[in-house]
Amino acid sequence: MRLIKNNIERRGSGAVTLCPQEPEDMFLTSLLFEWHAYNLIQPNDILRASAIRRVTYTSKESGSTSSSRVHLMLQIRVKNTDFDPQNSQLHVSGQIMNETQHTKVGQHHTLDLELNRNFTLEKEEGAEGGIGWDSIAIEMLKDAIDDGGKRRAEAVAVVMQEGLAHICFITQFQTILKQKVELSIPRKRQGGSDHDKGLSKFYQMTLDTLLRQIEFNPGLSSNNNEPIRPILLASPGFVAAAFQKHIQSVASVTMPALKRLLPSIVVVHSASGHMHALSEVLQSSTVKSLLSDTKYARETRLMDEFLEHLRKDTNRATYGPREVESAVNQGAVGRGGGILIISHRLFRAQDIAERKRWVTLVDRVRDVEGGDVRILSSDHESGKRLDGLGGVAALLTFPITEADFGSDVDDEITADGMVVTNGQSAVEAQ
Amino acid sequence: MSRHRVKALSYDDDFEDDYDSADPDEQERLEECTKEVLGQLQAGEPSVTASREEVQEALWHYYNDIQKSVDYLRGKKAKTVGKKQATSKTTTPKATAVPAHSVIPAFHPRSSDHFSAAEFFRDSPWLNVPLHRKTDILIEPLYPRCRLLGGAPPSDGKMSKLAALAAARKKKEGEKKELEKTKLLGAENNASQAATTERRNSTLTLLERLSVNGKEQRGSEKADTFLRKEALFTSRGNRGKIVIEKHNEVLGNCPKVEETCRPGQGEERTSKPVDLRALPSTFARTIVGSAMSHMHVELSHLSGRCFDVMEIYGQGLTEPFDFADSSPDDIVLKAQSSAKGLKSKQPTPKQAGNKGTQADLASGMKSLAVEEPVNIKRKNLDVLTEYRKSPWKNAANFVVIGHVDAGKSTLMGRLLADLNAVDNRTIEKYRREAEKIGKGSFALAWVLDQSSEERARGVTIDIATNKFETERTRFTILDAPGHRDFVPNMIAGTSQADFAVLVIDASTGNFESGLKGQTKEHALLCRSMGVQKVVVAVNKMDTVQWSKDRFNEIEQQTSSFLTAAGFLPKNISFVPCSGIQGDNVVRPSNDPNASWYPGRSLIEELETSEPFTHSLEKPLRLTIGDVFRGGAQNPLSISGRICAGNLQTGDQILIMPSGAKAIVKNLEVDGEPNDWAVAGQNVVLNLADIDPIHLHSGDVICIPTSPIQNTKAFTTKVLAFDHLMPMQVDIHHGRLHVPGRISRLVAVLDKGTGAVAKKRPKIISPGTVARIVVEMEKPVPLEAPARIVLRAAGGTIAAGLLE
Repeated sequence: MRLIKNNIERRGSGAVTLCPQEPEDMFLTSLLFEWHAYNLIQPNDILRASAIRRVTYTSKESGSTSSSRVHLMLQIRVKNTDFDPQNSQLHVSGQIMNETQHTKVGQHHTLDLELNRNFTLEKEEGAEGGIGWDSIAIEMLKDAIDDGGKRRAEAVAVVMQEGLAHICFITQFQTILKQKVELSIPRKRQGGSDHDKGLSKFYQMTLDTLLRQIEFNPGLSSNNNEPIRPILLASPGFVAAAFQKHIQSVASVTMPALKRLLPSIVVVHSASGHMHALSEVLQSSTVKSLLSDTKYARETRLMDEFLEHLRKDTNRATYGPREVESAVNQGAVGRGGGILIISHRLFRAQDIAERKRWVTLVDRVRDVEGGDVRILSSDHESGKRLDGLGGVAALLTFPITEADFGSDVDDEITADGMVVTNGQSAVEAQ
Repeated sequence: MSRHRVKALSYDDDFEDDYDSADPDEQERLEECTKEVLGQLQAGEPSVTASREEVQEALWHYYNDIQKSVDYLRGKKAKTVGKKQATSKTTTPKATAVPAHSVIPAFHPRSSDHFSAAEFFRDSPWLNVPLHRKTDILIEPLYPRCRLLGGAPPSDGKMSKLAALAAARKKKEGEKKELEKTKLLGAENNASQAATTERRNSTLTLLERLSVNGKEQRGSEKADTFLRKEALFTSRGNRGKIVIEKHNEVLGNCPKVEETCRPGQGEERTSKPVDLRALPSTFARTIVGSAMSHMHVELSHLSGRCFDVMEIYGQGLTEPFDFADSSPDDIVLKAQSSAKGLKSKQPTPKQAGNKGTQADLASGMKSLAVEEPVNIKRKNLDVLTEYRKSPWKNAANFVVIGHVDAGKSTLMGRLLADLNAVDNRTIEKYRREAEKIGKGSFALAWVLDQSSEERARGVTIDIATNKFETERTRFTILDAPGHRDFVPNMIAGTSQADFAVLVIDASTGNFESGLKGQTKEHALLCRSMGVQKVVVAVNKMDTVQWSKDRFNEIEQQTSSFLTAAGFLPKNISFVPCSGIQGDNVVRPSNDPNASWYPGRSLIEELETSEPFTHSLEKPLRLTIGDVFRGGAQNPLSISGRICAGNLQTGDQILIMPSGAKAIVKNLEVDGEPNDWAVAGQNVVLNLADIDPIHLHSGDVICIPTSPIQNTKAFTTKVLAFDHLMPMQVDIHHGRLHVPGRISRLVAVLDKGTGAVAKKRPKIISPGTVARIVVEMEKPVPLEAPARIVLRAAGGTIAAGLLE
């Protein structure tokens, strides 16, 4: 994403003009909205972008109507965003703020942000309860624009086991499950060849799906500079290796164009074919070297470190909202190794007070205590692990003894409708 | 016949009314020319023969030009005889037909008003218009026919300027087209050029005449004479001959001409702008009948032209159109196609015959049901009484567990071979094949490792089931894979087992690594899944020369570990053996070094197992182990072990979580067809009345009256093998293998009493018992006393009991 213009004032209000260049930029843009998108009470973001609007005219004499599509520059007050991760499309709906020949103030419109078209995002502070560009939003903005030059590493992963395959795309900011392949394979039986037949059918099905997902061009003469992403095949046992062999045989027999892909295929081990086995895939040394410098790898490393501390029971790691807050109060998340790990999800809280609580915590750790703050995206695997722990965790500078937040404290309901109980979230009992 | 030759016809100027006999002069000339041509054809090089008719035809085409006809015929014949290419010549006759399209049979403006369509069609049927009538239907339109350009000509006959301009343009275009065509053709062939130029001239004159002589033809001639006149008109000024037969064909089969004569076609265009309300279309009224038109008693200006076809044709004569029959369009098309090439060969199929076959078809379709009616007799047996009086032996399932490469499959292969459950020939075959790929020692394992992948890699991947019988008991072997990646399969096997055979590799180093590896994991899993008895087979004793010390060491370590895992010492027994050599498996060891062991062989140890009881009277529960095609007779079969309850042929069963129902067509117990089955038996159910999409291995089969509930979250008391915290896990229950997560750590419990030791722990350390809440992504069939195993990152982290 390119930053075209930056008018953010120090107090936190102001506008930026951005130009998304890749589908993933749409995702990053959606994150920029998120602080306010879920905040239905005080919508405050203002988005300005070009739009196509269908305008209907009613002729005064005959009462007949005619409609036409007009190109407009519209400014809307954002009410809702809808991000479609499968297709990387971002729709932002809201009320129109500028009056034009065709529109009136207050009419509703949904802007579809398009690639390579500038848009301006403005956040206001104060008057109407908006928070403006707080530190989190600014960090997100930096994330979104600063990697413009060095393109992020991307990979396609196929996590599979017999009869089940998940095809997902790993980018720097998110892991998207593109498609799940499921096929019932007969088990091995005395004297039956159904098993082998079923397996090869499964491999072919997975291959077809994979090629469709990566939009592979089966023509032989494709331009050579077409970037080929690494393809990780992960499975327990020999499934991935057998799948690789299947691809090789298909390449040599029916589809020579597949040979282009062969060098970029990496076979790794995973414990199962389920989505969460992906974390294991990404920890394998092959993949680490492949994606070492990505934000994603850093996040994974951090979570592993945290869990290691927890396992060793060193008391230098804690998780859960209240525990972490108490640790911060005790000054344990400060200079010299204190790291606050916090999930995106918490900033999406509908309740402003709730969100402010976390923004304040983040600002405090960063500015007052001098500790490190890492915001993990729940769109990534490590972020999901963190969400399981209540969305917030901390590595401490010194061991603290656990205060007992026992049963006398009632369950507290967070904005997402989750019951946070001592750091562990569970869906509310029906 | 739309490609009619009308325009190619030639007439003499004075040729007015006698069509039926040719001009004697012309006839004479034709004869002369024919002779000439035939002579030339035979004399020429290569000589060809042609029939008289052909020659005359050619002459007719070329307006009696002898040279051209000879060329054409020669080309044609040469092509048929010697496959020579004579394209230019053979295409020539085609080319002559091309300009035909540009000449449209013209209709002259008329304004006779005495004609009534209703009168005309009075006695004509709606469909199946007799051929002779078709030919004759040629009525002058009531109003002058409109042109496409320039709107309707004014009534006084004068053309508007615009119309004149358009007409001029049209003319020019026509000329241009002709010119182009001529050029194209002419470049190739002089002869054809000459011909086309001539024709162009004729068409030109025709066009001119059309515009000039528009009003010449008046009066109400009989329809067929009109067409003839017209044909004459179009070809006036041309030399040549008439072929009367062809003309008649034109008249008889030309639907185009007929179409243009449909009354009321061009009329709307002349309507004055009065009331624009449209009436139902003629088509609509044709379908609905005249009922609608009665509502419009007040006729608008349009109604004069939008007549009700039903009324015209006479209601009594017509019936509402039967849409099941071929449409009028189809009939016309059929008639056209039959007229085109195969004139009389294909008479239009008779309607009556059509109707007859349709009726047959309809009745045939009725008898063709989409689904076969499932008609399976339920014998209403009292399964439990049947079971009690059945002469069956005790049945026992045992799972063979142990670290990878401990020799589980080989040991079992040896057992089966020595008990003659597998014949020697097969073993020999395996031995040869295994040696071929350099894995001779795996021959016995191949009895159980049936899949190509397993044989190539020398590793068991999935559970293999096999059966053998001793005098007292029918055993089912569940040979589990030892590799850590296939522990899910091992769990599936263990869930069906009554007791376990733990195979331990006695060779140096391997025992120790096994104890850290899957020997330990498997034993723990077995215990936590409810297996109480374990037979430890200390395998590969031959590699340590049947050393008693080694055996004792292994016995001591293993038994202490197994007791720690929760097995009672009386339920643990040890047998030293060698699978590859067969010592102490079925027969006692011959090895002198093994003489110190006086005890039982493996098979004897297995036989000591007591019969196991199962809850036969509880509602049916069966976890599907496999879904497969049982053969042509049984396209859909499932296998598994009945956990509880009983069932019989004809029972309706419910499959969870899909909730689909099926009927048990027939069933097999331990490979033998039977009418019923009870808990503890391994069954194959052949199902009917269900789509295979509802069946997956891991699904649970139950009876519709007391179904198992699908659940998305459950509380469980677990024994932790590893650190537990809120995390993502795989949940295993038999074949069931689903992703989920630990959502809440409720409490750490006291191991002995089960009382709560600590509420809401942050982390649960290995070896403790805790109560946790597990959530799954999708609802799965699980109910209270189920034993589940939680795994993460390739290791077993906890096992427990649902609460």
